[in-house]
Amino acid sequence: MTARLLIVGGGMAGTIVANGLARRLSHELRSGDVNVTVLGTSNDHMYQPGFLYVPFGRVRSQELKRQERSILDRRINFVIDPATHIDVDANRVVAQSGKSYGYDYLVIATGSRLVPEQIPGLTEGAYHCYDLEGARKLRGAIDAFEGGRIVINVNAPHKCPVAPLEITLMLDEHLRDRGLEGKFDITYTYPIGRLHSLEPVAEWAVPEFDRRGIKYQTFFNTKEVDVAKKVVHSEEGDSFEYDLLITIPPHRGAQVIEDSGLGAGGWIPTNPRTLLREGSDNVFVIGDTTNIPISKAGSTAHFQADTVVENLTMMVQEGRWSREYDGKVFCFIETGLSRGTYIWFNYKTPPRPTPPTQMVHWFKLAYNRMYWLSACGLL
Amino acid sequence: MSNRTTIDARNAFCPGPMMEMIAALKTIAVGDEIEVLSSDKGSANDIPAWTRKVGHQLVSSDDHGTHWSIVVRRMK
Ligand SMILES: Cc1cc2nc3c(=O)[nH]c(=O)nc-3n(C[C@H](O)[C@H](O)[C@H](O)COP(=O)(O)OP(=O)(O)OC[C@H]3O[C@@H](n4cnc5c(N)ncnc54)[C@H](O)[C@@H]3O)c2cc1C
Repeated sequence: MTARLLIVGGGMAGTIVANGLARRLSHELRSGDVNVTVLGTSNDHMYQPGFLYVPFGRVRSQELKRQERSILDRRINFVIDPATHIDVDANRVVAQSGKSYGYDYLVIATGSRLVPEQIPGLTEGAYHCYDLEGARKLRGAIDAFEGGRIVINVNAPHKCPVAPLEITLMLDEHLRDRGLEGKFDITYTYPIGRLHSLEPVAEWAVPEFDRRGIKYQTFFNTKEVDVAKKVVHSEEGDSFEYDLLITIPPHRGAQVIEDSGLGAGGWIPTNPRTLLREGSDNVFVIGDTTNIPISKAGSTAHFQADTVVENLTMMVQEGRWSREYDGKVFCFIETGLSRGTYIWFNYKTPPRPTPPTQMVHWFKLAYNRMYWLSACGLL
Repeated sequence: MSNRTTIDARNAFCPGPMMEMIAALKTIAVGDEIEVLSSDKGSANDIPAWTRKVGHQLVSSDDHGTHWSIVVRRMK
């Protein structure tokens, strides 16, 4: 009998799993003992970390987009048919076309979505760079900016925890390079009592902000944006006037997760080590869509995908388990337009950032280009 | 009876216990509760103070030696 492996979501995690399986299970795919199908929403595969460079004109949009079909191993079935209901009791996924996809093993990798509409006025009043369209609009706003008050407003939860700091530092440098020094001020707002959720990163950011004159307000959870008056208010009772408001919008998991009753807010209860959905022994959950208290980042998705590939391969080939996920996350941090640093941590080892260097910045730029090799399963 | 959801954020370095709690509060109904397990002292201090400031209810905060257990009820 053919083992049916179904992956819902052809983003970073889903694509890495599919290509990893194609490599590891090449024999079984050839013999017909296994088939692997990816259900996606479109043929566009976006490299999201690249959005960060769009507002500063440092990347061309075309560089950030590839056809999913061209990245996926040709032995993988790729179907553009968004899932509308995931029925883990019946081992099947119903999709928009009305078709039902049965599986023996399921991997849910539907990522997260932006929900600025949860905060009154945020959609109308703020710019962001968390999708390509948003990043392009932000570029227009930054190009037109001639000075004034900028508020960078961070909301929880959001993916890529370091992006808010990166965009702040990059914007400061970009505006200075444009000769606007002294004509603008930046205020950065953050939901908890420090500048970043990682304590060592927050400690590193304070002198970095002070040196550049970037102001900050901690314990700022956005209540609403008064678009007419250009004021952003917090639940805690603080307010800031702005000329340019840049937000990291709050996120939720994919709509299909909520519609299928698989997790509040679209986040699926997932075992942090096995990556199995709580209550299932044939449903893996990886990437942004888990409820694991860990950074929602591409590197998380990648390391989790590697673990799931190992385990699925072992289960198919030998009927046994291979290894557990150790909580590894790795993030580059751009500290301006020419320097960077990085952090890594796992469930046991806390992060320790090192001083920024030009070398790490070049590494991150190189990785941005090598991403396609890694998604293809070549790196 | 309130529903209670537990987040085990012990040794969760990023986004950490308080960020997890703020995020989770957005997914539960008014009157329901979030319990956060945290090994981070900063969060054990910050969560109760923040909860009072924004108008949610601190149900309990217990020091278990190796970690704290903090329960917050969503009020609005
Ligand atoms: C500006 C920005 C900068 C970032 N920088 C970094 C960085 O420097 N380093 C880093 O590690 N990470 C970074 N990230 C985060 C990283 O891109 C995400 O964490 C990563 O893409 C998560 O992978 P995923 O597969 O879980 O989700 P995604 O890559 O978002 O993929 C989810 C896929 O599921 C599909 N899907 C959704 N619903 C359905 C459905 N109903 N049926 C079928 N398919 C569905 C979507 O179309 C999508 O293709 C950044 C993100 C942004 C926005």
